[in-house]
Amino acid sequence: MSRADVRKTYKLYIGGAFPRSESGHSYVVNDAKGKFLANAALASRKDARDAVVAARSAFPGWAARTAYNRGQVVYRIAEVMEDRRPQFVDALQSSEGLTSRQASGVLDAAVDRLVWYAGWADKLTQVVGNANPVAGPFFNLSTPEPTGVVAVLAPQSSSLLGLVSVVAPVIVSGNTCVVVSSYERPLPAVTFSEVLATSDVPGGVVNVLTGSAETVGPWLASHMDVNAIDLCGLAGSDELAAELEVAAAENLKRVRRAPAAEPDWTEEPELSSMTDYLETKTVWHPIGV
Amino acid sequence: MLEGMVATDPEVETRPIRDLDVTGSDSSLRRFLHGLPGVDQVGAEQRAAQLSTRSIKTSAKAYALDLAISMVDLTTLEGQDTEGKVRSLAAKAMHPDPSDPTCPPTAAVCVYGDLVATAKEALKGSNVKVAAVATAFPSGRAAMDVKIADTRDAVEAGADEIDMVIDRGAFLAGRYLEVFEEIAQVREACGPAHLKVILETGELQTYDNVRRASWLAMLAGGHFIKTSTGKVQPAATLPVTLVMLEAVRDFREATGTMIGVKPAGGIRTAKDAVKYLVTVNEVTGPDWLDPDWFRFGASTLLNDLLMQRMKLKTGRYSGHDYVTVD
Amino acid sequence: MAASSQKFEYAPAPESRSIVDIKPSYGLFIDGDFVDGHGKAFKTVNPASEEVLAEVAEADDNDVDLAVKAARRAHRGWSRMPGSERAKYLYRIARIIAERSRELAVLESIDNGKPIKESRDVDVPIVSAHFFYYAGWADKLKYAGFGEQSLGVAAQVIPWNFPLLMLAWKIAPALACGNTVVLKPAETTPLTALLFAEICQQADLPPGVVNIVTGAGGTGQALVGHPDVDKVAFTGSTEVGKAIARTVAGSHKRVTLELGGKAANIVFDDAPLDQAVEGIVNGIFFNQGHVCCAGSRLLVQESVAEDVLHRLKRRMATLRVGDPLDKNTDIGAINSAEQLARIRELSDIGEAEGAERWSAPCELPSHGYWFPPTLFTDVTAAHRIAREEIFGPVLSVLTFRTPSEAVAKANNTPYGLSAGVWTDKGSRILQVANQLRAGVVWANTFNKFDPASPFGGYKESGYGREGGKHGLEAYLR
Repeated sequence: MSRADVRKTYKLYIGGAFPRSESGHSYVVNDAKGKFLANAALASRKDARDAVVAARSAFPGWAARTAYNRGQVVYRIAEVMEDRRPQFVDALQSSEGLTSRQASGVLDAAVDRLVWYAGWADKLTQVVGNANPVAGPFFNLSTPEPTGVVAVLAPQSSSLLGLVSVVAPVIVSGNTCVVVSSYERPLPAVTFSEVLATSDVPGGVVNVLTGSAETVGPWLASHMDVNAIDLCGLAGSDELAAELEVAAAENLKRVRRAPAAEPDWTEEPELSSMTDYLETKTVWHPIGV
Repeated sequence: MLEGMVATDPEVETRPIRDLDVTGSDSSLRRFLHGLPGVDQVGAEQRAAQLSTRSIKTSAKAYALDLAISMVDLTTLEGQDTEGKVRSLAAKAMHPDPSDPTCPPTAAVCVYGDLVATAKEALKGSNVKVAAVATAFPSGRAAMDVKIADTRDAVEAGADEIDMVIDRGAFLAGRYLEVFEEIAQVREACGPAHLKVILETGELQTYDNVRRASWLAMLAGGHFIKTSTGKVQPAATLPVTLVMLEAVRDFREATGTMIGVKPAGGIRTAKDAVKYLVTVNEVTGPDWLDPDWFRFGASTLLNDLLMQRMKLKTGRYSGHDYVTVD
Repeated sequence: MAASSQKFEYAPAPESRSIVDIKPSYGLFIDGDFVDGHGKAFKTVNPASEEVLAEVAEADDNDVDLAVKAARRAHRGWSRMPGSERAKYLYRIARIIAERSRELAVLESIDNGKPIKESRDVDVPIVSAHFFYYAGWADKLKYAGFGEQSLGVAAQVIPWNFPLLMLAWKIAPALACGNTVVLKPAETTPLTALLFAEICQQADLPPGVVNIVTGAGGTGQALVGHPDVDKVAFTGSTEVGKAIARTVAGSHKRVTLELGGKAANIVFDDAPLDQAVEGIVNGIFFNQGHVCCAGSRLLVQESVAEDVLHRLKRRMATLRVGDPLDKNTDIGAINSAEQLARIRELSDIGEAEGAERWSAPCELPSHGYWFPPTLFTDVTAAHRIAREEIFGPVLSVLTFRTPSEAVAKANNTPYGLSAGVWTDKGSRILQVANQLRAGVVWANTFNKFDPASPFGGYKESGYGREGGKHGLEAYLR
């Protein structure tokens, strides 16, 4: 007699917990061949609101961690992902229609990407900060600081490597984020949240919403307690991306514009993937006795 | 019980201590002086530099030049000083510009103690005071009874004002009470004469020290606080004087007592003197714009003030041949 | 003997106006020449006397288009010119500014109303230094780490509070990186920008590299919205900054915005009080308070609040308000009738909301736009004068009890441009500076600027940095 398997409920990840959507809605996720895969929670504007609250409350503590510690925490995500290799390979195969070998390669790249960013945590300040030789008896130092809460509309195609490539650069410098996953390929993002929950990332630092960037995005773009937004997930939707940029102007969010088409995520990222979410603080102090 | 703690006598009732005298002990004096607001060097120097940019012209300049002349302690403090030199200085103090009777006399002549009698005699009938340096000027390195005797000699010879030096060694070593007692004793020895306390700011090095030494001198009864002996570089500077002016301003607010300020050494031009007067005007206010409350310890300054005064009166630049050599 | 009853009154010490030659009318500077504008010409006045200084051309959409086209044509040659050659033009400009510094300072004070001692000792020297600093970057861009390619044509819109300085902050890095520019000075202060255009001619800067279009908001909109502009740099109000961010949305244009502020100046009880008072005064009364990074909210620890206020009022009473050209003037004229009305309105609201108003006793001239140095006590975080940028010589005083309360109050604003902290305790400076959400933190000093030091805000104070190596990022790819 065959055993009925216990199917997983795919939920949101907000403030370190896995709630269902407050709206009670879910949507059907099919695999790459169009076959039913699962129901995913359909994040609503109120879920986005709750996620921003969680991200905001996690921000001071996360930003205050030492850079070394944040680097270790991000590295730990890579470790735990490696440990869940079969689960990710499976999710990638079904979501992105990859062969097992291809999926494994994508996972390799995603893990390597996290390790790459982990190393940046305690180097970024040295690369983008500096002492300024002002013409007077003053100590003058510019250092980067995280901008705050970042809304990330994750890429639609690359559901894991792309996701990792937009989340890691945001959090490694001390920001917290609210991520809207790929709409059609949300399952790797959910698995990724489970990794986050079992790694050392404090609750609220990364909040993952499965659902539509087109419906949740505008609420995040206009949210007055969000400091920056990555429009990557709207690549190709120029009109909507422009609308969100207009909404973001209301509190002068830092906007990382959507690319014309989804980039090749296997390439080494640019520094701007991190610096777009940094502020420069310059401190002056007199030098005297 | 920890070593050093004092056992409480159960018979003696403790009570709140209210009027704790800040000069009661070295430690209370230290706590008080170190509790004064700090001075940021860069900020103080920038403030002084800003005050230096004031542009004093025409009627304001005429007022300032005459005021500055009236504030000069015309000074000679050389090993080669003679009675003749002092007499000639006294004559110049009374009539800085012999050709112009409207030119005010200086405030005082300042000499070593052994020449006080000569100066007093030469200045007879004028309002010009005689100031004497005392207390083993300029180093202050002598026994206390010698310093007291030095002071008494000068006062007995007729000195109206005594310019004493503090023991900078004791101050820098933190023996504040010792410095306090020394000033207080010299003040006692001054009798009716006014006491100017020379801090020798060039040796105190920091503005925090200047502020603390100023308060120490004021608490100990000095009538004036004075920057320098003129024998140590740097002598008077505008920021040092600014910090001392802030001290006398704050002291008056705290105690009601007004103390004078005397920058000495290094002020050679009328332009510099005017900067000091602007600083007095804007830091302590006009109450200190008076020879009773502000002096310049100087020698060559007077001639430049006189030349600028002539320029203002005649419209022509003057030259050294038209003012008297000291 | 000088009578001690007489007061030390400073006689007038006016800087001579004869060094500047103000023309009756000015055109636009496009493609290396002065040309007529096709909009409705407007007048610029001396805010200290309300005297009309000159008539200035207004650039309409077509004029703006001509300027952008000129800049586009010039970009080809300018961007391909070796950096070391571009540098020489910038060095030349820096030197000419220094040579003509008095002329520029006097003109700035006449058109803007700021005291000559500030235009002479602060604005113009930093302008020259800024060009000199960025000149040196022009052939060293590869070491900065932001790419070596210029963006193209930069549209730059600047405010009236530091007309020439803001021009320098915009033009120097843009040109060093190989961009060409179309710059719009503020409607009320166009004259030094037009004199700068003459300096460009004197320096033989290739035509079209710098274009100056004068006008009001409409000209600015036309410039920012022009489709052939690659980069927008704006300094001004947060309101206009937001409008610009909306305008460029969805385009390829890169943007930097340097907007409003409501800086907290935090004074702890162990502060060097005399210098703190100077810092407070400099923080809010420098340039009549027309400073985006002005320390307009004084946060003073309750234990020293009374003492600090006493010292502050005594100091404010020595401020000399009046003729901007008098070398002894500390506070000049408010830049325009419109700005004066806004300062008055917000001050009246402060009073109506229950804050206690105190103004330094001073006589204000009968003509021109003036406002006395003013402070408000009993201000709470809820008062409008504690939240809105007044952009005038008006200080709101709030108190705090603990460091965490000070930081919380300081950060409780949508702005984040600058902040000040005064304390003798080093570890506290570092802790508080870390926690302040502001782009520039002045510790035991205030309102210091330097070409090598990046400047710019967090949150609604804008994005991007001007000055220093960081300032290159906005003009390179």
